[in-house]
Parts: sequence; structure tokens; C-alpha cells
Amino acid sequence: MTTDTTTRPKGSEVTYTPQDGLLLEVEDLHVEFHTPDGVANAINGISFSLHQGECLAILGESGSGKSVTAQAIMGILDMPPAVIPQGHIRYCGQDLLTMDPEQRRKTRGPEVSMIFQDALSSLNPVFPVGWQIAEMFRVHRGMNKSDALQQAVALMERVQIPGARDRVKAYPHQFSGGMRQRIMIAVAIALDPAVLIADEPTTALDVTVQAQIMALLQELQEERQMGLILITHDLGVVADVADRIAVMYAGRLVEKADVADLYAAPAHPYTRGLLESIPRLDQKGQKLSAIGGLPPNLMRIPPGCPFNPRCRMAQDVCRRDLPLLREVAPGRLSACHFAEEVINA
Amino acid sequence: MGTYVLRRLLQMIPVILGATFLIFAMVFALPGDPLAGKCGERPCSPAYAAQFREKYNLNDPLLVQYGKYVGKLAQGDLGQTYNNISVADQLKLRYPVTAKLALLAILIETVIGIAAGVLTGIRKGGFLDNLVLVSTLIVISIPIFVIGGLAQYFLGVKLGLFPVTVTSSDPTVYQLLLPAIVLGSLSVAYVSRLTRTNLVENLRSDYVRTAVAKGLTQRRAIGIHALRNSLIPVVTFIGFDFGALLGGAIVTESIFNIPGVGGYIFRSIRSRDGVSVVGAVTVLVIVYLVVNLLVDLIYGLLDPRITHD
Repeated sequence: MTTDTTTRPKGSEVTYTPQDGLLLEVEDLHVEFHTPDGVANAINGISFSLHQGECLAILGESGSGKSVTAQAIMGILDMPPAVIPQGHIRYCGQDLLTMDPEQRRKTRGPEVSMIFQDALSSLNPVFPVGWQIAEMFRVHRGMNKSDALQQAVALMERVQIPGARDRVKAYPHQFSGGMRQRIMIAVAIALDPAVLIADEPTTALDVTVQAQIMALLQELQEERQMGLILITHDLGVVADVADRIAVMYAGRLVEKADVADLYAAPAHPYTRGLLESIPRLDQKGQKLSAIGGLPPNLMRIPPGCPFNPRCRMAQDVCRRDLPLLREVAPGRLSACHFAEEVINA
Repeated sequence: MGTYVLRRLLQMIPVILGATFLIFAMVFALPGDPLAGKCGERPCSPAYAAQFREKYNLNDPLLVQYGKYVGKLAQGDLGQTYNNISVADQLKLRYPVTAKLALLAILIETVIGIAAGVLTGIRKGGFLDNLVLVSTLIVISIPIFVIGGLAQYFLGVKLGLFPVTVTSSDPTVYQLLLPAIVLGSLSVAYVSRLTRTNLVENLRSDYVRTAVAKGLTQRRAIGIHALRNSLIPVVTFIGFDFGALLGGAIVTESIFNIPGVGGYIFRSIRSRDGVSVVGAVTVLVIVYLVVNLLVDLIYGLLDPRITHD
């Protein structure tokens, strides 16, 4: 990664300067949900970092905690019921979790920004799209209405919405799914954030549109040298875009690796199961392989390795001892007692 | 939009005809002779009776009477009572009073209802939420003549904060304030609970989460993004309520002696004054239909997903 220590003036009094290109550092983050039925341990101590111009993919099933991680970084968890009992989320060295709420609010948009899964419900149905983009400039930069709208048109053109000038006053429901997601992207990148979090940005779209949206995200990331956190359960989406992959299971990171290494030889049985469950069009007549069983109930995560009830390789040690994330090969981390065997299998 | 309004206006014609015919037929069916007591102790002279019946088309069958009435109605003539009093003139005298009372009641229910709804919606389950919940439940379950009577006795007679009854034919805002509060109290309960429910629901919505993620202040995320969506059904309710209030409030008007259309219709029914009843109700039907149309048009303005074409 490039080393960039130039400050990023954003019009707010606080400036954030990444040290050695390090933008975001998540350390031992825990998130619990206190519900009437008990405490759900959604995230149980995860750590990762993100540098300028880097794309980190966070991969996992529904309920693995990937969206909660994103929302914790953005600071948009509903608290309560969510509680963050321990951990740090540092942006340019400053802990977002202990930051003054007003100062933290000002980071949302100019510093850290987020794209959501379903653009139709994530955009406000009663305001024109141009107004919703322009709102970023008006609120964060105090820009007047017409200037902000000009900026909105420019952004709509940048995310390749045809006839942007004519459609700036149209409402979200008047756009197709792909165009709506482009508008969502325009909102998120409006203030040139250093970190962009995309939470399943293509899940609600059809396949051809998915590819276009991913291409656009990749293009914007390279152009602006953003740190991109791509949250997905779709391994196909990740391969082209991501630099590194972090695999989550039951609120823990179970594997972390460069994308090529991980695809070539996964170091965790769960990752291997995920890779095997990708349908292959070139091999006809084969049964689709799936990981048996269900993800654990987050209120009763099994002792030992949380994946052990579903793991074909599980031994007594897996049911007893929680495997810690450890380096199993240069630049590769895995939380499996038998990681070396998996990687060489 | 233009064709939509035109179509809606045309649809009103059969509704008005149907409604007026029903009223007309019902008044026709009422027992009693309009000539009874007309000439004091004695029965009227046959010549006078014949002339009277001729003048008011009383010899014609129902449909012919109705046809003649509608013919006059189409020319804007609401007819005259058997005492030669113009119904239109009577309504002109009373309608401003009812409209004033209705506007005042709507203003009260809108301001208090929405404020209470927002305050309880953003602090769901708090003390204020429970207080408003209980008090609205009480207001909804008590009949209006009890609320009206109690308010009049305690706030008017005992504490002297408000005039006990209205004494002029053109009452001031101050004189109408207590009746308007009584009239609006039921709707305050509905408006506040409607606002609260919708706000609570919208605060959980994806676009409010987006608003927070955009770095907007709490005030802006709730006050602009969530509230704007929450108020769509509330505005609709208030609109229909306004239409209903313009039909007069018989109970409240009689408690506070307000010379509005509600009391006028009530007295007309009691004195078998069919012409006044039909005339007044016709006007009410038209007003209600027009207010309904306006509410539907406003709905389209508030929610761009609704199109009128």
C-alpha cells in the first residue's frame, strides 16, 4: 500500500491523518444484543485492519456477524439492544467508540461511509434522489441548495446514471434496481470518504447488474484510493475485487488471507465448505455440495470450536478447546486446530 | 392530474343525487301534515290548503317532487321553508360558525396530537408515552356529551376560564375555544396515537438508518426523514376529520349553545321542516365530497408514489 500522510481537510475542525496508510483498525471487538430471551453474542472478539486503496472482503453466512461489524464501525447499531462491552475501532488512530458523539457523527459521510443492501428501502421514498445526494453537501459543508444540487448531478453522472440532469428530481421508485444502487453509491461517495463499507451491495440485484455495480465500485475505489470493506456471502463477487478476505463464523474471524491464497488452498474447513458449495457450470451432473447443519444460535454458541458440530474433521479437541486465530503460513491466519492439514489437503 | 380531478368531480354527481334522494325520501316518509297548526286552532280553509299544496308541490308523487327539487337545486336554489324562509340564507348565517369551530378543533388536534405523537414516539415506553397512552384511552372511552358537560361545568362554571355558553350569533374565537377543545379531544387521541405508531415504525426503517449513516443529526434524521413519512396517514386522517366536523357537531353545539349547522339540522328534523333538512344535508354532502377530493390530492403531493392519472 502507498504511504500517504497528507491531511484530509473536510471543512470540519478535526482532521484525520492515516499513519502509514492505515485507515481503520478494529481490535478485539465484541458486540452483544440484550434481548428479552437472553444475550446474543453477535461478535466475539474480532480484529482486522484496513489500509488506503485496499479492499477487504468480509465473508460469512447470514448471522455470522458481518453486517453487525459494519454497523458497529459506522456507529449505526441500535444501542440498546446492542452493547459493545469491549474492543476498539480506531479510525486514523482515534477510537470511534470513545469519541464524542457529535464528533463521531461528523465522520459519517466525509470519513467513513456505507452502502446498504436494498437501495429501494434504504433511500427515502418521499424525497427526490438529487435532494438526497445534495443533502450530504448541505449538512456537512453548509452548501446552498442550488450548488448542492449541481454537485448531485455531477455525482449522478459519475456513477453513470443516464440523463442525470433530467432525473435529479425523480424519486427512488422511478429508478430500476441497478440505478437505485448507483444513487446509493453516489450518496456514499459524495464527500470523498476514506473508508467505504459496502454491505452486500449486489445481493438484491440480478446477475448482469451485479457485475456492473461491482465494476463501478472497483473503479471508484481505485480512482479515490478508498479503503473498501466489502461484506458479502457471495464468493464469486469477491474474487475479482478483493485484496484480502476475512471469513467470519459465529461472530469470530476463522480465516484471514490474501484472496488468491485463500481460493487456491483454504486453511479452514468452513472456508473450504464455502468454496465447495459454489455451483460449477463446467462440471455437469455433479451434486451441489453444501455445508450440513445450521449456523449456531448466538445465545448458545457451542463450547470449543463453534464450527465443530458441522465440521467433518471435528475431533475431541475441537469440542473442548476454542481454536485461536494463528498464523499458519506467511500472511495467513486460521482458527482451526488442524489448519495445516486443511491447507495441504 | 387535471383529468383525474374532472373525473372525480363527475363522479360526485351520482353521489349527490343518490344522497339527496335518500334524504328526500326519508323526510317524505315522516308522519305529519305540514298544514297542521298552520292556521291556528281551526283547520285551514280548503282554498288556502289547495294553494299551499300547489305551491310546495305536495300533491305530486315522490319522484316528481324530487325531480322538481333537483331542478331547482341545479340552479343553486335550496328552496324555502313553509314559513317562507330561504334555506340558503339560514345556512349562510350558520355555516361560518361551524367552519370556525371546525378549523379551531382541527388546529388543536393537529398541534397537540402531532406533538404528543412525536414526543411519545421517540421515547417509546417512557413515562410520557404511558401517560399519553392512558389519557388517550380515557378520552376515547368517554362519550362526548360527558366530556362536554364536565368541561363546561369545571372549566366554565367553576373556574370561569372560559365562557359557559356562546351568546352571540357570530361567536369569537375565545367563545369557541372550549367547545373546540372538547370537539378536538377525541381526535387528539387518534392523531397522537397514529403519529406515534407510524413514527415508531419509521424509526426502524432502512432509510432512517441511512440518514444516520449519512452523518445527519438526530434531529434531522427524525424530524425530516422519519416524520415526513409518518405524517402521510396523519394528514389523511385530519383531512377526513375536517370533512366530518364541517358537517356540524350536534352534541357539542347544543351543549354550548352554538348557532351552527349541526343544531340547525337537529331543530329542522324535530320540527318536521323537510326542506331545511334536505337543503342543509345536500350542502354537507357536497362539502364532504370536496374535502375528500382535496385530501386525496394532498395525499398525492405528500407521497410521490401515489399518482393521480
